[in-house]
Amino acid sequence: MDRKYELTQNNKVIPLIMMAVGVVAIVMGFMTDHYRAWATLLHNNFYFTAIALCGTFFVAVQYVAQAGWATGIKRVPEAMGAYLKYGMAFMLVIFIFGHHDLYHWTHKELYDPSSDKYDPILDGKKGFLNVPFYVIRLIAYAAIWVGFTYLLRKQSLLEDQNGGLEPYNKSVVLGAVFIVLFGVTSSTSAWDFLMSIDSHWFSTLFGWYTFAGLFVSGLAMMALFILVLRKKGYMPHVNENHLHDVGKFMFAFSVFWTYLWFSQFMLIWYAHLPEEVVYYQVRWEYFKNLWVANLLINFIAPFLVLMTRDAKRQSAILWVAGIIILAGHWLDVYLMVTPGVLGKDWQLGFIEVGTMVGFLGLFLRTTFVELSKAPIVPQNHPMLQESLHHHI
Amino acid sequence: MSGNHEAAVRDPLILGNKTYHQMTEDICRPIEGKANKYWWISFVISATAMVWGLICLAYTIGVGIGTWGANKTVGWAWDITNFVWWIGIGHAGTLISAILLLFRQRWRMSINRSAEAMTIFAVICAGLFPLFHTGRPWLDYWMLPIANQFGSLWVNFNSPLLWDVFAISTYFTVSLVFWYLGLLPDLATVRDRCVTPTKKFIYGLLSFGWKGTARDWHRFEEVSLVLAGLSTPLVLSVHTIVSFDFATSIIPGWHTTIFPPYFVAGAIFSGFAMVLTLMLIARKVLSLESYITIQHVELMNKIIILTGSIVGVAYITEFFIAWYSGVEYEQYAFMNRAFGPYWWAYWSMMTCNVITPQLFWFKKIRTSVMATFIISIFVNIGMWFERFVIIVTSIHRDYVPSSWTMYSPTYIEVGIFVGTIGLFFTLFLIFARVFPVIALAELKSILKKTGNQYKKGDQNHG
Repeated sequence: MDRKYELTQNNKVIPLIMMAVGVVAIVMGFMTDHYRAWATLLHNNFYFTAIALCGTFFVAVQYVAQAGWATGIKRVPEAMGAYLKYGMAFMLVIFIFGHHDLYHWTHKELYDPSSDKYDPILDGKKGFLNVPFYVIRLIAYAAIWVGFTYLLRKQSLLEDQNGGLEPYNKSVVLGAVFIVLFGVTSSTSAWDFLMSIDSHWFSTLFGWYTFAGLFVSGLAMMALFILVLRKKGYMPHVNENHLHDVGKFMFAFSVFWTYLWFSQFMLIWYAHLPEEVVYYQVRWEYFKNLWVANLLINFIAPFLVLMTRDAKRQSAILWVAGIIILAGHWLDVYLMVTPGVLGKDWQLGFIEVGTMVGFLGLFLRTTFVELSKAPIVPQNHPMLQESLHHHI
Repeated sequence: MSGNHEAAVRDPLILGNKTYHQMTEDICRPIEGKANKYWWISFVISATAMVWGLICLAYTIGVGIGTWGANKTVGWAWDITNFVWWIGIGHAGTLISAILLLFRQRWRMSINRSAEAMTIFAVICAGLFPLFHTGRPWLDYWMLPIANQFGSLWVNFNSPLLWDVFAISTYFTVSLVFWYLGLLPDLATVRDRCVTPTKKFIYGLLSFGWKGTARDWHRFEEVSLVLAGLSTPLVLSVHTIVSFDFATSIIPGWHTTIFPPYFVAGAIFSGFAMVLTLMLIARKVLSLESYITIQHVELMNKIIILTGSIVGVAYITEFFIAWYSGVEYEQYAFMNRAFGPYWWAYWSMMTCNVITPQLFWFKKIRTSVMATFIISIFVNIGMWFERFVIIVTSIHRDYVPSSWTMYSPTYIEVGIFVGTIGLFFTLFLIFARVFPVIALAELKSILKKTGNQYKKGDQNHG
């Protein structure tokens, strides 16, 4: 019951090889087209940062909602949060060095009334979209997200050592505060990182839409880690009932993502205002196949695969669903980033996939290392018995 | 689950060392005894309000909707505000019985019956407004897609108003069936305890011959699961489609993509506020403190904080994006909301919906019955103002300044609204006298897990 994850040789070597592939892809990207390289860096780093953030969010929600069943698996989302510090550091680097290529609004001449490139709309937004304030916000997100990940993890480890209800009670408070901050920063960061790429475009739903997508990706990643740990024998206490619950979450939030996708798209399509439809117009004209595939992969596929009770209780099917969801939302983030940066000159090839492999390598490495630092079962959690005897 | 593994950190949900028999006694008492003085006073007041509403409604039918304050610029006002407000209130019931069921929240069992009843009554009240706003309610069947030979025109399937007809009627039907299905075993309990043959006959009919056999229960659970599955998307769909009524337009303040989930969150927020308002009175009057405990109140208050904060984030998002969009009409609409002639409505909404629920962060306040009651009333008021703000302030100053105008309700409109409140409470009071207000059979299923006497000895898992 107090077993820690032991890093295997493969855990050490494979992520390194993956990261090497990533470096090659990034270098190739910069050698061919630096716009494309920055776009793929932002796309992949945002994607894995968001998944890591969901790990912390999931842990916080379990405390605040007094959920008992997830106690046995909570070390997985906890460990996923370990990537956040790298993710946010990369975010800062990407912004500092890539902002001119990624974010149209960072060009100075747009704000100069005497310039022929003067843009009155962006000039109106400069109170929010300006480099110093953006960097301040980025650092604030990093401080909040990484900080709360650290604090929640610290309480969790203290509980292992000392027991008692104090770490649990503190975690409930930390979780509640984090959820409030997350509620605000998940939206504002989506505006910053993604929505401001299409500098003129706006949608009030964008933040929640992004959240729904990242949450379902985080759940899928969590499911895959649980399946790996179970297969390796680290989670004898996790049975099909726990998988069922994870599967239900994946199903529910796939549908929720679709709901928000539909709400945003349908309202913009219906009202047909030029300043809004431009976003979908670019995607429809230049990315049509991917854009349609996005909806099919992220809605139809998980919906059909995970619909029945039995499906959610089988590892093999959860593997399939998890990979579909992760691939689908990787594509969704791609479609949020690339059209605004590259427009019709987009490509999707080794540079994008290789960069993804690299970031995935880093993510796997940080998560497995974090898993190896503490027992897979939280030792003294007050709801542990509920999770060990979970039956639905 | 074999044995009781419930964590010791969870507080009991049933207090007072109840036995199964005592639970039956406690919950059937309001039906079997005579109504007390408070019930009669409430009933007379509610019924009077309802009658007054009927008179105003009759006057509207006779004279026309010119008796209302709505005008050419502000074509939707008081009536649609009330419609959306009532529909919103009707959300808590199905949320509790369907979504909280999926999340395995056992505390819902003490409140789901009344909340579902409330849903049904609130949807009835809501439906009246658009039905009468048509001006010729005797032609309301034109809203259905029926052949042209009946004198109607084929409906416009592109219109969200038509989607609303389907969404709300489906929601009403499923909620009604779900609620009634849950009542069957409890009605049978009441039937079996009846002393007079007339009552026994009536409850016998109402309980559809429920015998309580294994086969009955098996079918009951199968149908419940199917209905819960159907209800979950329905809860989200109804207010989503209500929000489409506004958001598919191109009116600044109405057309915004956050509307669907934000309306749903607001609806759950107002629904829970109304559940609290009613249940805090009911638990006192019907002596149900052992079943609707302070913990139930606290948990509902947590949902109020959550949904209230979601609504607050949505308000701020809308305001921010209006500025960020750079569209001057959007910007004006929001400035006009906050600082224009209807500023008082906007700030009432902000105070009641965003600020007061934050008081629930203090444990003392969220576990105080009095404070909860007061704040729940605030939320009810705030959510009414939210709809007023969205509807009236967005359209009273439209694209053509020469048509700018103000709106104020007539006493006829106010009378109809008061009438629906009367109708709602009348129906609820009757409900509390004829049906068990707590899902008795369901609640019994958790007594041995969460009754206080069963939790005492269970300290070894902490």
